[in-house]
Amino acid sequence: MQVTLKIQRFNPEKDSAPYWKEYSLDMHPNDRVLDALLYIKNHIDGTLTMRSSCAHGICGSDAMRINGVNQLACKSLFSKVGNNVTIEPIAGLPVIKDLVVDMEPFMEHYRSVLPFFINDDPAPEKERLQSEEDRLKFEESTKCILCACCTTSCPTFWATDAYVGPAAIVQAHRFIFDSRDQGSQQRLEILADPDGVWRCRTIFNCTNACPREIKVTEAIAEVKKEILFSKL
Amino acid sequence: MQYHYHKHDVIIVGAGGAGLMAALYAGKEVDTAVISKLYPTRSHTGAAQGGVGAALANLEEDHWEWHAYDTIKGADFIGDQDAIEFMCKDAPDVVYELEHMGLPFDRTPDGKISQRRFGGHTNNETKQAVMRACNSADRTGHMILQTLYQQCIKHNVNFYDEYQMLDLIMVDGEARGVVAYEIDTGELHVFHAKAVMLATGGWGPVWNITSNAHTLTGDGPALVLRHGLPLEDMEFFQFHPTGLFKLGILITEAVRGEGGVLINGKGERFMPKYAPTVKELASRDVVSRAIYMEVMAGNGVDGKDYVYLDVTPETVNHYFEVDDSRLPNGEIRKIDDHFVKTKLEDISDFCRTYVGVDPTKEPIPVQPTAHYAMGGIPTDIDTHALANEKGDLVPGLYAAGECGCISVHGGNRLGTNSLLDLVVFGRRGGKVMAQDVKKMEFKPIDAEAAVAKVRAELDAILNNTGTESHADIKQEMKNIMTKDVSVFRVEEGMAEAVQKLRELRERYKHIHIDDKGKRFNTNLLEAWQVGNLLDLALVTAESALARKESRGAHARDDYPERDDENWMKHTMVYLDADGKVTLKYKPVTVTKYQPVKRVY
Ligand SMILES: Cc1cc2nc3c(=O)[nH]c(=O)nc-3n(C[C@H](O)[C@H](O)[C@H](O)COP(=O)(O)OP(=O)(O)OC[C@H]3O[C@@H](n4cnc5c(N)ncnc54)[C@H](O)[C@@H]3O)c2cc1C
Ligand code: FES
Repeated sequence: MQVTLKIQRFNPEKDSAPYWKEYSLDMHPNDRVLDALLYIKNHIDGTLTMRSSCAHGICGSDAMRINGVNQLACKSLFSKVGNNVTIEPIAGLPVIKDLVVDMEPFMEHYRSVLPFFINDDPAPEKERLQSEEDRLKFEESTKCILCACCTTSCPTFWATDAYVGPAAIVQAHRFIFDSRDQGSQQRLEILADPDGVWRCRTIFNCTNACPREIKVTEAIAEVKKEILFSKL
Repeated sequence: MQYHYHKHDVIIVGAGGAGLMAALYAGKEVDTAVISKLYPTRSHTGAAQGGVGAALANLEEDHWEWHAYDTIKGADFIGDQDAIEFMCKDAPDVVYELEHMGLPFDRTPDGKISQRRFGGHTNNETKQAVMRACNSADRTGHMILQTLYQQCIKHNVNFYDEYQMLDLIMVDGEARGVVAYEIDTGELHVFHAKAVMLATGGWGPVWNITSNAHTLTGDGPALVLRHGLPLEDMEFFQFHPTGLFKLGILITEAVRGEGGVLINGKGERFMPKYAPTVKELASRDVVSRAIYMEVMAGNGVDGKDYVYLDVTPETVNHYFEVDDSRLPNGEIRKIDDHFVKTKLEDISDFCRTYVGVDPTKEPIPVQPTAHYAMGGIPTDIDTHALANEKGDLVPGLYAAGECGCISVHGGNRLGTNSLLDLVVFGRRGGKVMAQDVKKMEFKPIDAEAAVAKVRAELDAILNNTGTESHADIKQEMKNIMTKDVSVFRVEEGMAEAVQKLRELRERYKHIHIDDKGKRFNTNLLEAWQVGNLLDLALVTAESALARKESRGAHARDDYPERDDENWMKHTMVYLDADGKVTLKYKPVTVTKYQPVKRVY
């Protein structure tokens, strides 16, 4: 199929502002948008710049705004996105070059929620036991690949970059609901902050954007409920 | 010459499972930093699916000695048995440690770590497949990578994210640091260190169809070669039997572990012909060759080069009855749609997304995919890099993970043993480096000269006015390697491949790139990486051409038998600046298992 890609370009060494550039290519409906970007880079214009690595939706490198919706370029097939495709960097993070954004502000929010296992009791000789039922309580949120599709699709985050954002809340959820973890209280305090969960207006953009099909908004609601119950 | 200067006791290059585990351990005791060209959580360890092997015996009888013997046999008797025994014995402890770090393993009904069957892992008495792979659905690697990164945050490990190592700083045969390129700014950084560990992962992109990320370009091993040091057993590269047709995306062996069967174009289950006892759960080299032979015999689906992997409950349950496959409690095994959807959730997603197949209803089209490097930077059991076949060490240099070769995987790695290798030897390497550097001083380096050398290499690419394209050269290399240095090999084909690879190396000297800028110049870095892939392809082809036998993943039509008398030895390959390859050999360490013919 003949496809037209309209890509937002920006080279910080040359351009004062981003601009659009169009490319026409012959692609197969089963090809990924990433295949087209790599084709352009390898055969048409080597300066086109994006991140990518695994090419099958596992590493979280190639989040971008494709036809106005955040998704991974390696998980978007032309059969789905059609033959007129606009591609922009994800919004709300500073653009470095073309489709590459500065991930640091995102990672900072991630680090702020104590995204690691806390249990200061001496470890048993073998594994800590956990029932299958308890294990399932945080299954969804373990799937997060930190691609930033959710956080950078959230209008609240665009408006207030101090908002910790859906991805960081999902990461906190992963530990708050883990029966083996002892750091929930600290995490809930962090998220009860004015720039924490209460900024979420349940707009659901995050859930729609998640390439791992995590029910992000639901996870945020569970954290909100937990804060209310723990009477913070 | 402008550059930034940093000093750390230990520098680890690579933030996959191996690098992060080493960083956690070295970082507890000495000043440690990790350099990674990708954000750590984007390392390809995150793509690992099926599980990490350890004889926990959570669901049925198992012993680390069985695990060790399976590994030695899987390796086709060219793994070093002392290292294998150490790994399998250490396995339960390191898996429990991961659990204590919070790793969310799936659970058994009594709350223990869940385990599943995998190829080549057996009860040594009954010879039947044993449940040894500790797993977290089909994203075990993701969980390991996330958990280790989380722990690194907790313990304030220093990271230099999106910094790409472009050279090792070697003085008088000792490693004293690395030169890295800051991808965002294009600036060069000198990292002065007492110990440098390479943990840069594999190089599957040498071939056309691969399960590996395109960023896996063997940078560590290629630099080692460039400094006149050897690589070990490069001819042993694993082709995983079940990559998604055309795309190479991995469909984990766990699919077969849970009961999935391989069906040819005639609708026949063919593995019983090749491995009567464990069938689909034979080791990967055996299954890949079986698929290849079916295709050669005209039994591919629609006459093409693929077969079906069928995990629909209907088919699976049928064969459970045929095979009389039972649960530990004696009941016949049975699966349903829900089981497939939850235990193989990511796999189901890949199949739906990329080939429009729902694996609970239809079979999955698969073909062998270039997957894992058994060879790499030779090390001792403490991860110290070796300078030669005599076993002399390279002071200051260490390697762990897929880029290293201890050798625990020999001629063919068993599934679940790489994740195990990462955590066992990452941990050991981290501890060893911490001990080593306490006894060492920082030795002088000429940072200016080190930077000037790298600058000159980059300028040679940036200012080249040639007409060749690095992307085209890379594609041609893939075609050559796929045609002649793949699942089956013969003398003439490999000789031709060597010749053609040499031509490509000449053409590579005349590439030009479009992007001459400083900021995020991935065009430049990718062009540099193609040089690494070309070097690794060449030493792979030369090592393979020389090995006149069939063993593990190295299968030759012209020498179909294993030849223990002449070839039970490790290859050590050197590459000089003119492209001349020298091959030396070193003995295999045997503790107590003498080679026997491999049957599954
Ligand atoms: C799809 C798939 C499924 C698998 N499933 C399993 C399984 O179920 N069980 C199992 O045991 N094994 C499995 N394996 C194998 C196993 O996952 C890998 O061998 C292992 O993860 C490699 O880990 P590593 O730490 O060596 O390297 P990687 O995780 O690949 O990390 C390499 C690191 O090096 C960095 N790097 C590379 N070059 C440079 C440079 N020049 N400068 C700076 N940094 C650099 C990268 O940024 C990255 O951080 C699987 C492999 C694949 C591909
Ligand atoms: S390239 Fe890894 S998620 Fe798309």
